[in-house]
Amino acid sequence: MFEITRDPIDAQRLAESVARPDAGGISIFLGVVRDNNLGRTVDHLEYDAYPEMAERQMRVIAAELRERWPIGEVAMTHRIGRLEIGEASVGIAVSSAHRREAIEACHYAIDRLKQIVPIWKKEVWDDGEEWIEGSLVPQPEATG
Amino acid sequence: MARIHVLFFAALAEAAGERRTELDIEDGAPVERLAGLLAERYPKLGELCRNVAYAVNAEYVERSHPLRDGDEVAIIPPVSGGC
Repeated sequence: MFEITRDPIDAQRLAESVARPDAGGISIFLGVVRDNNLGRTVDHLEYDAYPEMAERQMRVIAAELRERWPIGEVAMTHRIGRLEIGEASVGIAVSSAHRREAIEACHYAIDRLKQIVPIWKKEVWDDGEEWIEGSLVPQPEATG
Repeated sequence: MARIHVLFFAALAEAAGERRTELDIEDGAPVERLAGLLAERYPKLGELCRNVAYAVNAEYVERSHPLRDGDEVAIIPPVSGGC
């Protein structure tokens, strides 16, 4: 499951989507809207995305995980639109035969999501708002 | 000439006042040439386009990537998904 959604993220459904009989571990990461950032009080967040490309980039990350760890299944979902404090903006689940691979792959996946998946966050404060500039995506290598 | 579909997101969409537009460009022109054309049409976009990546048909491309008729080009400011 790789998706951009406007609906609340269901962690149980995320876990179930990667479960399989030979997997003894499922690692889940949920990113949640925090009420402060860099000393400012955050009222809520708004997320925008390029959904078709974001879902494609999530599959790129899943392929990177498979190159690095012997894992089972991967699921990544990111919510867009207005999110309130405490709501989950992103959910990642990875299953594997043993716990270590699932945990490490899940950690790698959220780091990569923040680098290459075309999603943007706007912080809205009591007295203003700003689109946050995170990671500039590196240009692909010239291929000839 | 090539007709290009351009997609804006986040701060760029707000600055442009719309999420997509069409423009004509010389066939085979490098994608980075769009920045100048867009700044002429949307003055507020000039500054924002200085620090962007480009995607053509939903794949990241290098700045010299040649544009073809019908391409869908997304202007990608630094991404900030996650939490």
